Amino acid sequence: MRARVFLAMTLAAAALSAQAQSPVSFERILHADSEPHNWLSYSVTPFNQRYSGLTQITPANVKGLQQQWIWQARSLEKFETTPLVVDGVMYTVEAPNNIVALDATTGRPFWTFTHTPAPEARPCCGRVNRGLAILGNTLYMATIDALLIAVDARSGQLLWKTTVANAAERYAMTAPPLIVEDKVIVGVGGGDNPIRGFIAAHDAASGKELWRFYTIPGPGEPGHDTWSGDSWKTGGTGVWNAGAYDPETRLVYFGTGNPAPDWDGSKRLGDNLYSDSVVALDVNTGKLKWHYQFTPHDELDYDSTQVPVLADIQYRGQPRKVMLWANRNGVMYVLDRVTGEFLAGKPYVKANWLDGFDAKGRPNRVKFPSAEGTLIYPHVHGGTNWAPPAFSPRTGLFYVASWENSASTAIAGQFPKAATANNQQTAMGQTNLIPFFNNDTEPFGVVRAYDPQTLNPKWEFRLSDITWGGTLVTASDLVFSGGRDGYFLALDGNTGALLWKASVGGQINAGAMSYSVNGKQYIAIAAGNSLFAYALP
Amino acid sequence: MRTKTFTAALILGALCALFHHTPLHAQHETASDLLDGETAFKASCANCHGPDGDQIQGIDIGRGRLRRPMTDAELVQTILTGIPNTPMPATQMSPAQASQVVAYLRARWASISATTLVGDAARGKTLFDTKGDCASCHRVQGAGSGLGPDLTTIGAARTAAELQRALTDPNAQVQPQDRYYRVTLNDGTQVEGRLLSHDTFSVHLLDSNQRLRAFSKADLREAAFITSPMPSYATTLTAQELTDLVSYLSSLRTR
Repeated sequence: MRARVFLAMTLAAAALSAQAQSPVSFERILHADSEPHNWLSYSVTPFNQRYSGLTQITPANVKGLQQQWIWQARSLEKFETTPLVVDGVMYTVEAPNNIVALDATTGRPFWTFTHTPAPEARPCCGRVNRGLAILGNTLYMATIDALLIAVDARSGQLLWKTTVANAAERYAMTAPPLIVEDKVIVGVGGGDNPIRGFIAAHDAASGKELWRFYTIPGPGEPGHDTWSGDSWKTGGTGVWNAGAYDPETRLVYFGTGNPAPDWDGSKRLGDNLYSDSVVALDVNTGKLKWHYQFTPHDELDYDSTQVPVLADIQYRGQPRKVMLWANRNGVMYVLDRVTGEFLAGKPYVKANWLDGFDAKGRPNRVKFPSAEGTLIYPHVHGGTNWAPPAFSPRTGLFYVASWENSASTAIAGQFPKAATANNQQTAMGQTNLIPFFNNDTEPFGVVRAYDPQTLNPKWEFRLSDITWGGTLVTASDLVFSGGRDGYFLALDGNTGALLWKASVGGQINAGAMSYSVNGKQYIAIAAGNSLFAYALP
Repeated sequence: MRTKTFTAALILGALCALFHHTPLHAQHETASDLLDGETAFKASCANCHGPDGDQIQGIDIGRGRLRRPMTDAELVQTILTGIPNTPMPATQMSPAQASQVVAYLRARWASISATTLVGDAARGKTLFDTKGDCASCHRVQGAGSGLGPDLTTIGAARTAAELQRALTDPNAQVQPQDRYYRVTLNDGTQVEGRLLSHDTFSVHLLDSNQRLRAFSKADLREAAFITSPMPSYATTLTAQELTDLVSYLSSLRTR
């Protein structure tokens, strides 16, 4: 492992082209919406609304967007990263685990920090990374060989690295770390393998582990009896996407993954807590405050590793601190994030595995894998998967890119079979476009705006193909999204009307972001193996 | 190459009788198992035995003609371990996969008619070039039209039963890349062709004049899949002619 500093692109050059850089305090991250020219964490603030306060690009002028630059990764892995931007410097990840600092106005590199993962690293679904975190002048990256690495944001030099878990045991990390005060909080993925998942807080200065929360309770802990026999020891339940934080509740929130083995529930009888759940943890101790399990005893790989979106809204006539969640299991939820109370749940795509909820929000499951095969909606890859959604406090709408009309044939104890040709073409996202032949009976992608009050869509924009992309919403009510067919789109956030599009020549496997430098607003999106930046002329 | 005939109904009958008292796991197999078995057969066994299972002299595993009657367990074991001192190798299949292959073969044998006609590939080629007019849409070894699928190696990719069905019921199973599509432009112009790809905003066709065509969906009044232009030969060819044509197509295996 070593840092490469490009001779021709020194820090002096950085100072010339970028705005004055100051250390990123946690207060800045917490209130990142007050400096919308920067993008300081995965989805702007720890509320994960992916709402940019920038307004230079509007529904009236967005049709004039022009490509400003392209940065091509020297990697054929899927490009799932949302970059950070701090005062004119962009930080992104070249998969699997190289950090690159770019001039955000030109896409030219300042430096590259190279990390070659250990050969033991075998992440289930791609050697990918979804993003970095920054605190002070330090960048943090969780790696596929289960290390947490700290790098100097100015020089690209390694500051420290610490082993979070043993990659040889199939642990892997792909998610952006969550910064809370002086802690770097990460989860471990690998939950399709016989791991025991956990979330850990590390000291931002030293890397020392401060607390650890196992997503599967041990003997004597509440919930341990939801696992039969010794299945708790190897029950998966990884954590592989961004977490959230609310400074008022002082709780961190993470979604958890599927129980293992994925398809054979007979080996792990019970609800399998806290798989497919959201867990709310005390930020100081890591102790569980509450949980809500979206899919008890999952047998279809319905990870709940979506990005938790926090919002303070008027809900049914009262101010309420809620959490919005479009789950892989095809159901959209509104939860009270203070107490964990289930407020509402409703399928947002075709979902037939449940027919309702009890008073506490436990789903009533009506479809089960069978020997002859059971057609279950949504597909094993879900109504949505990991891609980040967005929420606008201006429109009050929740913007989600999802798969509609997708299904799997669930066979007891076996990997589910694709129900249609379109699903068969899908393997957690490819980097390159593929010929596409589907018809209207097969799954398709759709970007929808949901009203949290009703969980009904206000509008939708339909894509031919499915989508692994996320959404971005801006303060001028523009929504940016895209999908597998390789178009980057600007939609009217109030109506869903298509306002602009660009063919990016590779499928979009990430969420878009926005920043500005010297008064010019940019929109950036990763697609194929490249990063694209757009702005008005 | 020729289509083998199974006037030897007696042999089949005897085989069926032999197998009748050794029911396999058939009661437990799902349709998915059979599909998996077919996939494994095509991916592994067909490499030597051919898609019809008739490429090894003296046996025809596509129709149940083995050197000796075998139980399911024996067949599974043969797939797993191979046959020593013969070209039949051990496979990498799991026992479950091997069982699925056996189940697929059993189902296939059960569906084969004992009265299949004898085909003549030479007569079939003549039909291909004349009465069938197949070359007006299909190409073999560079000769013919590129409008439909290239048939140069179709015999290696399709079984005789599949070819027979394609001739008599051409819309029963069309590969995704061979589906036909019609676009109607806003001015009423219609263009038909093989769909090469489409996305949210555009459609790409190889039109009936073999030109690559791109359309913006905004310029289209309608766009939809249509049935294949391939005619059914169920009534225009006799049973013997169909068998001859299938025999010819089955012989097309290498470039």
